[in-house]
Amino acid sequence: MGITISNISKSYGEITALSDISFDVKPGELFGLIGPDGAGKTTLFRILTTLLIADNGQATVAGYDVLNDYKSIRNSVGYMPGRFSLYQDLTVEENLNFFATIFGTSIEENYDLVKDIYVQIEPFKNRRAGKLSGGMKQKLALSCALIHKPKVLFLDEPTTGVDPVSRKEFWEMLKRLQKKGITILVSTPYMDEAALCDRIALIQDGNILEIDTPNAIVSHFPKPLYNISTNNMYSLIESLTNYEHTYSIFPFGEFVHYTDKRDPIDKASLKTYLESQGLTDIKIEKTQPTIEDTFMELAK
Amino acid sequence: MKRFVGFVRKEFYHIFRDKRSLFILFGMPIAQILLFGFAITNEINNVDIAILDQANDVASKEVINKIAASKHFSIVDIIQQESSIESIFKKGKVKAVLQFENNFGNNLIKEKQANVQVLTDATDPNMASTISNYISSILKKYQQELNENISIDYQIIPQSRMVYNAELKSVYMFVPGVMTVILMLVSAMMTSISITREKEQGTMEILLVSPLKPFQVIIGKVFPYIFLSVINAVVIVLLSIFVFNVPVNGSLFLLGIESVLFIITSLALGILISTISATQQTAMMISLMGLMLPTILLSGFIFPISSMPLPLQVISNIIPAKWFIIIVKGIMLKGIGIGFVLKETLILLLMTLLFIGVSVKKYKIRLE
Repeated sequence: MGITISNISKSYGEITALSDISFDVKPGELFGLIGPDGAGKTTLFRILTTLLIADNGQATVAGYDVLNDYKSIRNSVGYMPGRFSLYQDLTVEENLNFFATIFGTSIEENYDLVKDIYVQIEPFKNRRAGKLSGGMKQKLALSCALIHKPKVLFLDEPTTGVDPVSRKEFWEMLKRLQKKGITILVSTPYMDEAALCDRIALIQDGNILEIDTPNAIVSHFPKPLYNISTNNMYSLIESLTNYEHTYSIFPFGEFVHYTDKRDPIDKASLKTYLESQGLTDIKIEKTQPTIEDTFMELAK
Repeated sequence: MKRFVGFVRKEFYHIFRDKRSLFILFGMPIAQILLFGFAITNEINNVDIAILDQANDVASKEVINKIAASKHFSIVDIIQQESSIESIFKKGKVKAVLQFENNFGNNLIKEKQANVQVLTDATDPNMASTISNYISSILKKYQQELNENISIDYQIIPQSRMVYNAELKSVYMFVPGVMTVILMLVSAMMTSISITREKEQGTMEILLVSPLKPFQVIIGKVFPYIFLSVINAVVIVLLSIFVFNVPVNGSLFLLGIESVLFIITSLALGILISTISATQQTAMMISLMGLMLPTILLSGFIFPISSMPLPLQVISNIIPAKWFIIIVKGIMLKGIGIGFVLKETLILLLMTLLFIGVSVKKYKIRLE
């Protein structure tokens, strides 16, 4: 009853959006599709929600074929597009009511499902949707996608443009929804959110780079990873780029994530090299790789 | 059914919360009908004219009095010599000059023939010919009165009578036309815009991924506009009856039924436009260029179809407005029944079915 995707390809003219993608989402799973803009996430969502037809391959959602049983899918999934797509000139309550009605249900009937989310926007229920803040809009959109008790929920970049606090709340809600037995496929460009999923697929340029649990993906990182910080970030990056033993560098907040070609790493000589470049306050510490590091490594 | 009601309710929210579309819906019909009724008219009223009376006798005075008495003309100047005619025209003070020859009265009695020259400013040709027609008819009337008393001559005087619009009131001609244009504009443009708005704002994406069937979406979109267009039609008919005294000689019920048919034709066209345009702007441009212009120019609303070149006459047949104008004129002015407009009604009905058929076929159940 989850989602199965086998050998899906899709191109728009010359541009390939998805090339031969296959993976499964288990029933009740919170599955993340992680990748940068233009990776093909939205195209995949549209194929699964029966809005687009794939050039090749098959897919099923909640047991229904996306091509032949598209009507059954439209009855049983919730979809939240990447762009805010509610009626801006309708109030919060009117929007929710409308979506409940067209799915043949009512707010009261499924109130327990949306309650956690809806109570937060209920104080604004008479405000026009267009006048809500970004986080509120996303909560309303999620409520509207949930109001008919879907079996599978598709959320296309639900937290893009939302503040960190609201993002955190949003993911807590997804976790609660998952406990109610809803299969959730969510896409995001934020790597930190990936860790909150049961399993993730890293996607780039229409190809799946890797599919696994967040922990497993991190453990696949091939080399020991080091945090390096100095007094000058810019010349640190420049120096490391020119260093003969550098395998990869990746700016990460106040640090640079560094891997070395040698195994084991010669910390002392690296430090001497950086000092010779005029850098001070040099700190080199081993650290745990993140999904972002893995993604950058795989995307190389 | 509950879904349908919910959808229609949502459409009404959209309409009543968008001030601009509300204005187009209700302001435009009233503005247009008043404009066409009062300002744009082929009748002449209180046209300024000047008189050059070289005879200055009883007969010429009587003619001048008759002209001054008619509400169509007002005499603003009496000039003395022929040379001032040109300057008075150049100043634009008058639209016509009436010149009586010397011995006008004598000639009329003795020679049984006298001359009056009617000089009109033909920079506006329609106006000029209307003025000269009006003046000739006043002269003819005077001539008849004279002959009544004398009755020597055997004259054949043609008596033409205008039927259905005896006073040649142009508002009679404009009302059916304006009604057609407004219903076409409101129905076709507003529906096509409201459907493409869903596409543009991305809400169509959600509507597609819902159990709503295409025909439910389309009927839900169209239904409020049928309702509003009917209100518009009623307002127009009431305005024409009470403000312009246009008679409704035929059955109001039949007029209502035919109007609803034409509204549905226009809505079907609107849906068709929305299936081929991706943005509200495109929909509006297609509605204006593709529907409004032909409706105004080729439907017989302003220019008579019979005086168009043959290719345009042929093209005019595919314009729904042409048939509706024939129907409305027939019912309002001639008072004819369904039997006489059966052909036009059937043509409209067929067009409607065709438009609906094509739109349902072209309606996209997916994004591409």
